[in-house]
Amino acid sequence: MELNDTLRDIAKKLLEEGRVDAVLGFRQSSLAHMTEPFLATTAEQADQLVFNSCCRMNLAVYLTPDLFRSGRPESGKKSPRVAVTAKGCDSRNIVTQIQENRYKRDQVHIIGLPCTGMADKAKLLAAAPEGIDTITEKNGTLILSRDGKETVVSKTEVLQSNCLSCIIRNPVIRDEMAGDPVPELDMDSHPDRFADVAEIEALSPADKAGFFETLVSDCTRCYACRNACPLCYCPVCFVDESRPQWVGKTIAPTDVMAFHLLRAFHDAGRCTDCGACEAACPMDIPMRAFTRKTIKDAREGFGWETGMDLNLRPPLDRFDLKDPGDFIR
Amino acid sequence: MNQFEPKIITFLCNWCSYGAADLAGVSRFQYPPNMRVVRIPCSGRVSAKMILHAIRNGADGVWISGCHPGDCHYIEGNYYARRKFYLLKELLEYSGLEPGRLQFSWISSAEGVKFAEVAHEVIEKIRDLGPASRFIKRLPEVA
Ligand code: SF4
Ligand code: SF4
Ligand code: SF4
Repeated sequence: MELNDTLRDIAKKLLEEGRVDAVLGFRQSSLAHMTEPFLATTAEQADQLVFNSCCRMNLAVYLTPDLFRSGRPESGKKSPRVAVTAKGCDSRNIVTQIQENRYKRDQVHIIGLPCTGMADKAKLLAAAPEGIDTITEKNGTLILSRDGKETVVSKTEVLQSNCLSCIIRNPVIRDEMAGDPVPELDMDSHPDRFADVAEIEALSPADKAGFFETLVSDCTRCYACRNACPLCYCPVCFVDESRPQWVGKTIAPTDVMAFHLLRAFHDAGRCTDCGACEAACPMDIPMRAFTRKTIKDAREGFGWETGMDLNLRPPLDRFDLKDPGDFIR
Repeated sequence: MNQFEPKIITFLCNWCSYGAADLAGVSRFQYPPNMRVVRIPCSGRVSAKMILHAIRNGADGVWISGCHPGDCHYIEGNYYARRKFYLLKELLEYSGLEPGRLQFSWISSAEGVKFAEVAHEVIEKIRDLGPASRFIKRLPEVA
């Protein structure tokens, strides 16, 4: 059976049996290369759920305490249960949110999505400059059609860069799978996993500063990257604080850098490299260049890999007597 | 002689390094007056925002000093701080901050001599780097 059919059957069954109050998933949006988040609360609505190479969002961002308060009123239950469809990275963010006490494991029913990566929207549009009416996926290729004209691209060529170094494609926690697990890429200890970061590390301080100034120079401070991220749930984000005001409101390079540095630091030890931030950016800024550094450091410094084990406390909530300390006199 | 005098924002833990600075003063150990001291309850209290704030406001260097591992007044605050500082220092230097502008030390309240020595070293290192040029928030230039 097709993955989408299995997915819908699972969702319908869960809703019909009353085991969950809603199913959070993706549905097709008005643009062929985009999907949108969708909360299905009836079996009919569950028919709209999809999973394909354009499900770039990380649905964990919608698992807010509000959602668990505001289930169907007629359910009469105190704390609604929500099913969520999750790719490998999304599941790691769910683990992180549970570790951070956002909600409890038994409040979510996780429908695992075996993931072979997401197609970069900029790469898709570049492959079909005329526009895309529909996308069909077949054996590792994407067929982009427009007015009867078809462009065939191999999925590997249009993958998002985070998917190329993905360390776990099948969800780490799940209640059931919507399809057979896919083979893993075994990237976790691959020597090239952080080649991009190492390249920047090798630059001189002046070149590093120049590199990042160029990297974020188009940033409009729209905060779409922050809003798309399941880690960014602070009631008041530091960018909105005014006493003191930690970061200026302008798009002067220094203010933009301050935003990106502090956001990346807040994600240190928590980022799963899901790529939702980059996918959301209207200016195509590869801001994962910051967060990937923190992933590398947390791994090298504390042996930490985010969201792999529900029973561990987050890395900045614990310490080891042998933590790196050579930089302290 | 007209040498560059760096401005260094120094965060000192109330329970150890702040006492060490006091002891160094009372014992008349000489160290240069380039520091602007902020007294903090624990090195764990220092956040990334504070450090970046100092840099954005034109500090030529930032120095944070707390209690030796195992000696924290709050038992383990400095262990958490160490993880945080490690990640932050790496991230800032990765983004272009010159190594040496951000410094850390553990100095107990009995170590007046160490305090004066480290102060010398920190200040000389930052003097060598010259005036800070990165991440500084300047007023917009209007014609
Ligand atoms: S950028 Fe930092 S302060 Fe803002 S929402 Fe994200 S984690 Fe919170
Ligand atoms: S910072 Fe970006 S890559 Fe990391 S978890 Fe957030 S959205 Fe995903
Ligand atoms: S989404 Fe892009 S443009 Fe918007 S704040 Fe983030 S990096 Fe800047």
